[in-house]
Amino acid sequence: MKQPPQKKDGPPVASSVAASERGVDRPVEKERKKDLPPPRMQFDDESRVDKAKRRSLLNQPEARNRVELFRHLPPHKNGSQLPYLESKFFELHEMHPSVYKVGLQYLTGDTSGGNARCIAMLQAFQEAIRDYSTPPEKTLNRDLTSKIGGFVSFLIECRPLSMSMGNAIRFLKSRIARLPLTLSESEAKAALCSDIDRFINEKIVLADKVILRHAATKIRDGDVLLTYGSSCVVEMILLYAHEIGKQFRVVVVDSRPMLEGQKQLRRLVAKGLSCTYTQLNAISYVMHEVTRVFLGASSIFSNGTVYSRVGTASVAMVAHAFHVPVLVCCEAYKFHERVQLDSICFNELGDPDAVSKVPGREDVNYLDNLTDKQKENLQLLNLKYDATPSDYISVIVTDYGMIPPTSVPVIVREYRKEYLLI
Amino acid sequence: MDFQVVVLAGGSSKNLTPLVSKELPKPLLPVANRPVLSYVLHQLEQNNLKDLIVVVEGEDTALVVGAWISGTFIDRLHVEIAAVPEDIGTAGAIRAISHHLTAKDILVVSGDLVSDVPPGAVAATHRRHDAAVTAMLSSIPVSGPLDSGSSGGKDKAKKLGRYNIIGLDPGKQFLLHIATGAEIEKDARLPKRILRAVGQMEIRSDLMDAHMYAFKRSVLQEVLDLKDTFQSLKEDVLPYLVRSQLKSEALSNRTPQGEENGNEKVTSQNNQVFVSRILANSSTPSFHDHSSENPDGSASTRKTHKCCVYIASSGSYCVRLNSIQAFMDINRDVTGEADHLLTGTSSDPNNNIGPSPKLGTKTTVGPHCMLGEGSEIGDKCQVKRSVIGRHCRIGSHVKVVNSVVMNHVTIGDGCIIQGSVVCSNVQLQERVVLKDCQVGAGFVVTAGSEYKAESLARKEK
Repeated sequence: MKQPPQKKDGPPVASSVAASERGVDRPVEKERKKDLPPPRMQFDDESRVDKAKRRSLLNQPEARNRVELFRHLPPHKNGSQLPYLESKFFELHEMHPSVYKVGLQYLTGDTSGGNARCIAMLQAFQEAIRDYSTPPEKTLNRDLTSKIGGFVSFLIECRPLSMSMGNAIRFLKSRIARLPLTLSESEAKAALCSDIDRFINEKIVLADKVILRHAATKIRDGDVLLTYGSSCVVEMILLYAHEIGKQFRVVVVDSRPMLEGQKQLRRLVAKGLSCTYTQLNAISYVMHEVTRVFLGASSIFSNGTVYSRVGTASVAMVAHAFHVPVLVCCEAYKFHERVQLDSICFNELGDPDAVSKVPGREDVNYLDNLTDKQKENLQLLNLKYDATPSDYISVIVTDYGMIPPTSVPVIVREYRKEYLLI
Repeated sequence: MDFQVVVLAGGSSKNLTPLVSKELPKPLLPVANRPVLSYVLHQLEQNNLKDLIVVVEGEDTALVVGAWISGTFIDRLHVEIAAVPEDIGTAGAIRAISHHLTAKDILVVSGDLVSDVPPGAVAATHRRHDAAVTAMLSSIPVSGPLDSGSSGGKDKAKKLGRYNIIGLDPGKQFLLHIATGAEIEKDARLPKRILRAVGQMEIRSDLMDAHMYAFKRSVLQEVLDLKDTFQSLKEDVLPYLVRSQLKSEALSNRTPQGEENGNEKVTSQNNQVFVSRILANSSTPSFHDHSSENPDGSASTRKTHKCCVYIASSGSYCVRLNSIQAFMDINRDVTGEADHLLTGTSSDPNNNIGPSPKLGTKTTVGPHCMLGEGSEIGDKCQVKRSVIGRHCRIGSHVKVVNSVVMNHVTIGDGCIIQGSVVCSNVQLQERVVLKDCQVGAGFVVTAGSEYKAESLARKEK
């Protein structure tokens, strides 16, 4: 008997948190329930997968040798999608060219990282809104919302949404829904575009500047800072601290298969910071000389769990064991009401073949010559994200200040209303 | 999708005399009994590109081509014919129609390209990298039996002349160097700056430029305005763009992404810089970004533009009709392996023998042949791997092997036609032997003559 897919973002969570404020906040809760994104599709539910396949624009690849435990996650869109999408380039009428371009960039991995993906998507939506014109006999609100919904489904098929993107889409849809009906079309479009600009400026750009200032106060001269992977906020913090004259050195920890730290390393070294580069296997050897750990996050959940690039949990755990403070730097728009206890129930799968190849080392190819019979017994797993429990985090630096992990639900509750009600 | 398609249909062609003439311009040269331009137009129609500009050289040719297009594609495509003076070159043709171009990107397709590669692939690659130009490369087609016999020392030089030298980056995304066969004598000169920026370059000689380009309109118009002497897209404009991709001095006043500078407040400028830095940091850096940075890491004022490639997969078919050999090859392939190109291009049913050709007794028609409608073939004939046009009268005891015979041809008894092209309205009298010949339109070949590797054409009055 198959269980119906669970509603992932919990109205039960929201209502338990708001239990004390029942009277005043009832209408707000109801609105929040309406705005919650639809339940995520569980990919081990056959009937839903088939229905989605029929509705989708892209070819779903065949599921091949997937790990049992992660079968509920959407399979990785490997490179075979790209030719199919390319051949359909001129046939997708509903798709705006900039949305298409952003989708292609997600699919090929040209754009990655929560902030960058969110900004790229919002800018593409801005252009789509500018080129939009209401068809006759339809209202702007409903038609534009459904168009944006179409764009979002396309982007999801290219690559599953990140939390930051999900929050941004929710913001945009609520802004569209709140447009007064008396506005003319050009005024409405201009208002929406300026709202998007304001979102980017306030929630990302200004937030980053505030985070820079806060975090730089935590860096002292003579510090050895450790960072993992490639987070744009952490990189900005390091560069800013270097500019204002603090003396420190950086240890960049990297991991296969993405090797994102190399790009960050190149940029840091180009600016003159003294850096050390190592991989995740050496984390416990390096940690004894580290004084602070700075990590970025894709999202932070309501119980303080940090959802970030896979490997972050290990770094935080080792740092905790060595009594090194861990600072997570994350803008507040990435917070989410969801509660997640492990890395399994919600994650993203990457390309399994990337795990079996080491770039630049052609001689390390032990998995290339397996027979098909052997391949049946081997399942390759490439997870993109993991969840770090809040016990390992010392402080979270956000644009609302430096808060302990237990204060995240407060920010979600108090400040989430702000952009829903404006 | 903000793309405008320009089809360069050419007009007359020196390589293809005597096949082309005033009445039969190159775009209308029949391949498998359909004009070669129809393959391009059909493919564009299938990919949902319905607004085209077709550029033809010469006023009269333009009228002929225009008449044919409006006859065949009357409701299916919206085509604008532009006539340009002769011998103006492909770049000149684009210069002439430059005021018609309004979209953000231009897709330039050569009218003599027969392929099944979707143009969407080139367009998608172009958009994804935000490139200035994207070229489509395909593997060099294997040529027919005519050329494969010649190999050996003295012919190697001739063979090398046909090849192109193409330099790609290790990821096979960007075009680093392109040199056509005519320029290469013994050595190829490679640009040092680009090589230093990339680090590793892969040089291929088995790829050819398929002449389907996607250009950014602003870049193309600027280059054409700046360099008046450029005549050909393939030989001048493309190598120029590839050579200057790291130091686009001509394009240095162009801001990337076309930011609106209407809002002059300092804060908004800062925000734009911030945002673009986030976006730039997230994407995989290409060697363009590395080379445009000064040694201290700040972005220099030098602008770069990207030249991307799309390499057609080996399974796809892509041939250009620019020589007689290619003409024969395409005819053979389209009736043979690549017959998926034929489906739907005309109203004829799918079977290769059109309605009402009359075959005499004991006549064999081999596989991969095509007979147009209204043709009559006499007794004891053999037709192998050939294309025969409409309303032909072929006598008895005729052997047609590996040839192309166009419409309204009369072939007398006992002829042997091998590896040849016979144009329309030709009369071959009895017992003519043609081997590797090309017979121009309206010619009369006297009885009993034998021609080998010659080109016969009627003298222009």
